[in-house]
Order: sequence, then C-alpha cells, then structure tokens
Amino acid sequence: MSLRGHVYKYGANVDTDAIIPARYLNVNDAQELAQHCMEDIDAGFAGNVQAGDVMVATTNFGCGSSREHAPLCIKAAGVSCVIAKSFARIFYRNSINIGLPILECDEAVDGTDAGDELEIDLESGAIRNLTKGTAFQAKPYPEFMLELMRAGGLVEYTRRRLAAKTG
Amino acid sequence: MGMTLAEKILAAHCGRDRVSPGELVNARVDFVMANDVTAPIAIREFQKLGVERIFDPQRVAFIPSHFIPNKDIQSAENAKFMREFAIAQGAVYFEQGRAGVDHVLLPDGGWVLPGDVVVGADSHTCTYGALGCFATGMGSTDIACAMATGDIWMRVPPTIKFVYHGKLSRWVGGKDIIIYTIGDIGVDGALYCAMEFHGEALAELGMEGRFTISNMAIEAGGKAGLMVPDDKTLAYVRARAKRDWKVYQPDPDAAYQEVREYDLSALEPMVALPSSPANAMPLSKAPRVDIDQVFIGSCTNGRLADLRLAAEVIKGRQVHSRVRCIVIPASHEVYLQALREGLLETFAEAGCAVATTTCGPCLGGYMGILAEGERCVSTSNRNFPGRMGHVRSEVYLANPAVAAASAVVGKLAGPEEVLG
Repeated sequence: MSLRGHVYKYGANVDTDAIIPARYLNVNDAQELAQHCMEDIDAGFAGNVQAGDVMVATTNFGCGSSREHAPLCIKAAGVSCVIAKSFARIFYRNSINIGLPILECDEAVDGTDAGDELEIDLESGAIRNLTKGTAFQAKPYPEFMLELMRAGGLVEYTRRRLAAKTG
Repeated sequence: MGMTLAEKILAAHCGRDRVSPGELVNARVDFVMANDVTAPIAIREFQKLGVERIFDPQRVAFIPSHFIPNKDIQSAENAKFMREFAIAQGAVYFEQGRAGVDHVLLPDGGWVLPGDVVVGADSHTCTYGALGCFATGMGSTDIACAMATGDIWMRVPPTIKFVYHGKLSRWVGGKDIIIYTIGDIGVDGALYCAMEFHGEALAELGMEGRFTISNMAIEAGGKAGLMVPDDKTLAYVRARAKRDWKVYQPDPDAAYQEVREYDLSALEPMVALPSSPANAMPLSKAPRVDIDQVFIGSCTNGRLADLRLAAEVIKGRQVHSRVRCIVIPASHEVYLQALREGLLETFAEAGCAVATTTCGPCLGGYMGILAEGERCVSTSNRNFPGRMGHVRSEVYLANPAVAAASAVVGKLAGPEEVLG
C-alpha cells in the first residue's frame, strides 16, 4: 500500500498527554477526539492536517499512558503514517492493533523537514522524500506483526483464532 | 546461561523451559484489568470477537477509578457501561465506596500475586512487579483480546538489573530512588526492557515503597519493573492472597543487557522538575519556587505509609494560606485505615482538602486542575506539560514528606525545614 502526504514534524518524547489531553478521555468517538489531537503542543494541527499527511518525530514517540485514544485520534485526524526513531512500547502495540501504520527509521527522521512531501510503501518500508528527492528504508516489521496487519488488526486476528478453536 | 526473573516467569507461562530476549511468545495471563477510561473501548472491541464470556470472571477486574465519583454525564455513561458489562459477566468489580486506584486496590486485595503474568489497560500496571510478578500495561484492544482468550502475545524483553546499595537517610524512600534512577537513565532509558530491582537499600523498604519504585518503571519506558520476593513480600501476600501463587528467582548466571549499581547512602529527597520525570534534582539544589497546590495521593504515593509520612510532617501545622493541599487516600481501605489512625483528622485540622478515592488530579481529570501558570508539588508519577491542567502549569514530583512540607511553607521545601 502506497501512502502520500505532507510532514508534521515533532521532537523527542511526545507524550500521550500531548497527543490527546486527559480532559478528553471521557470521549469515545474517534472523530471528536481528532479535533483535539496535539492541541496543547501544536494548536494548528487539527485544523490544518489533510488526509494522508505524515507525522515524523524523533525518539520515544507516544510515551506515557496506555490510552488507545492517542493512536485512535491520530488515525481519525487523517494521518496515514507515523515515522519515528523509536516508539514507546504501549503506543507501538496500540497502533499496530488499531491499524495506524508506524515505521521506525532514523535516517528518514533526520532527512525530513516539516512540510516535506513523503511517499511511503508500507509492506517494504520504503520512504521517499519527494520534496528533497531522497529515499530511505525503514526497519522491517517482524513477521508476526505483518500477520496482524494483514488480518486487519488484533481484533480480527483474535476473532479468527477463537473461531478456529471453537470450530 | 540462566534466565532473568522476567524470562523465568514468561517461560513458565508459555510452557517453555526457556525464553530469550527478542522472542515472540504467547503467554498465559493470570489476571487482566481495565478501568473506567480504558474499559469502554475494550468492551466494545471484546464484543466484536464473537465470544459471549470473558475467559475467567475471577481473573478479570473492572475498576472505577479515574473519573470516579462521576465527574460529568459522559463519565457517568462510561462508568455505567463498564458496570453493566462487569456485573453481567460476573467479573471482579468494586463499586465506589469500596473501590480505589487500580494499582493500590488489586495488590492490597490479593488479586495479583507473585509469579503472575498480569496485563492491564493502564500504563501503571507495572506497579505489581514489586510482588515478583510480570505485570505490564497495554491498550484497550490488547486487553479486550486477553479478556477473551486468557493469553497475550509478547516480545520477551531484555532485562536491565538495578542494584541499590547503602542505608537510606531519613525522609528518603522509594519515590526518591526511582526519580534518581530515571534522572540517570532518562525517560526512554529502559525502553522495551524489563527492569529488575535489587539491593540492600531495597530490602529495607516496606512494600509501599517498593510499589512506588515498580510503579514508575514505565516512566523510564520500561515494560515491567520486577523485584524478587523476600520475607516482607511473602508476609504481605499471605495476609491477602485470593489464590495460590509461585515465587520465581532469577538465575545467578542470568544474562542482563546491563547492570547498574548505585550507592544511595548520600541520596537526598529528590524532585522531578517540570516537565519530565527524568528532570531529577536533589531537593537542596531545586529552586525554591512559590507553589499554588499540593497533591498527596495516586497509585504512586497514596498508600497508608505515604499518608503517615505526610501526616507526621503536617501534624499541628497549617497549610500555607495561599496554598490548597489535596489529600486523596488511594483506596477506600486506605481511607478507612487512615481515618481510624487519625491521619485524616490531622490533615483536615491542618487545612487540607481530604477527598474520597480517585485518580482525578494526577492525570488532570478533575478534583484539582491547575490554571495557567500555577505550580503543584505532587506525589504522583508524571509531570509532562499539561498533565494536571493548563499546558502552562507546572508539576514538581516529590515524595509525600516533601509534598507536606511544601504545603506548609508555600514553596518547594523539605520536611526538616518544617520540623526544625
């Protein structure tokens, strides 16, 4: 699957309170959450983000709470992929589980500025910076994660597993 | 080569003789929890799985804790949705007036035990590691699937060993040790790793102080924060266990990714300055800023020992006239015991606002939200921008004695300053 969009760039340790503040955690609707995505650190984000745009950040993206509201609202805001040097582990799991594509790639993060246009092939992990005319290769997903993603996320994967068990 | 404590427990839960870091395993889980923020999403995902029942009602808990007592209609709807599901499933459930902050309630109730694998839809699930179990936080979808299947996929983490030597000074406890450690390794210093805590300084701590340390493993990016059970652990567990448990020990020749040793004999009370738990500084070097609020509570420092410490500092004194000091016992049981011991009276007489149990202010939920520019000394675990309210408010993380002293002085201050 090929994705294409412009970059919103952030630094290290973007925490889940920054992605979606706790004052909105009693909201379960992803579209409503998306209106508040990043609002405390990037007030213009929710109003400007276009479908397909890409978030790029340095290390430990999504640290802090286990709230699934964080990847849910990023996805609902229209972001097609998050690229970082590293992700906090709960955020990583949550993103795979709900079908928000995320990639780890140091070079792409260093070689990308806000506003650049990226083209990303998820299966291969190939990232092209169309603005700068450069190309990068993200770390490949472990086979099991690909299996989860191909199934459409953890719920569908587990549903099939349970169905096979009860036969 | 032997195995670390995390590897031993995970191997036993996937029917293997041994596991190694990096391997993906499917581990049986002994206990699963979710709360009023994470359960509504988890239950909706559960309902897509095509099964009617959770895998074992006595091993799945739903805890009203975050926006409880209900802060608004939407929170009330979420709490109601969770309650109805929990009761229909016959799951472990605690109503307000018996409930508490997740990670105080479950160990104190004997629901989570040594040797367990526990997964919870709350990042501070790692707290239970102090019992010698593998406990880790996940999101709602993972928890929905674990509630249905009784197992979970995991990547076996590498383990970092932390050894704490020396005798702790008065007013120094678990909070200071873990803030010091996170200050040393950073907020991603243990990313994807299990942290295994050892040493004679740890042995001296009571269970409460140990829970505080394991609680903040996630603040270093850790997947779990484990301790080897000793006599104190077993005495604590025997008094409350709801079922059998098993003690695991790391092998003497276990392979650690790294071993870090600390001499804590000169450690002072520590403060994490805004806006990162890794922004650690000894109290004596921290700026003596004026403060507006103090919060004593949370899954980090809302236990009985924490309240006793704060009461010792504040007894017979008054909270500074400009400051509000909010005290929230972290479970109803802690509340009741603090009431019987006269601690709540001590706090109330000093001018503290004492409230029923909730996570509320720790996550900027309610019951103590900060306005723009306000500063709070908090015994909780996170101080990211906006964590407790306005994005330009400030949170200083500290131990309960420092928080109580700061409430009296009206500035960031230590207990000796108050007690003379």
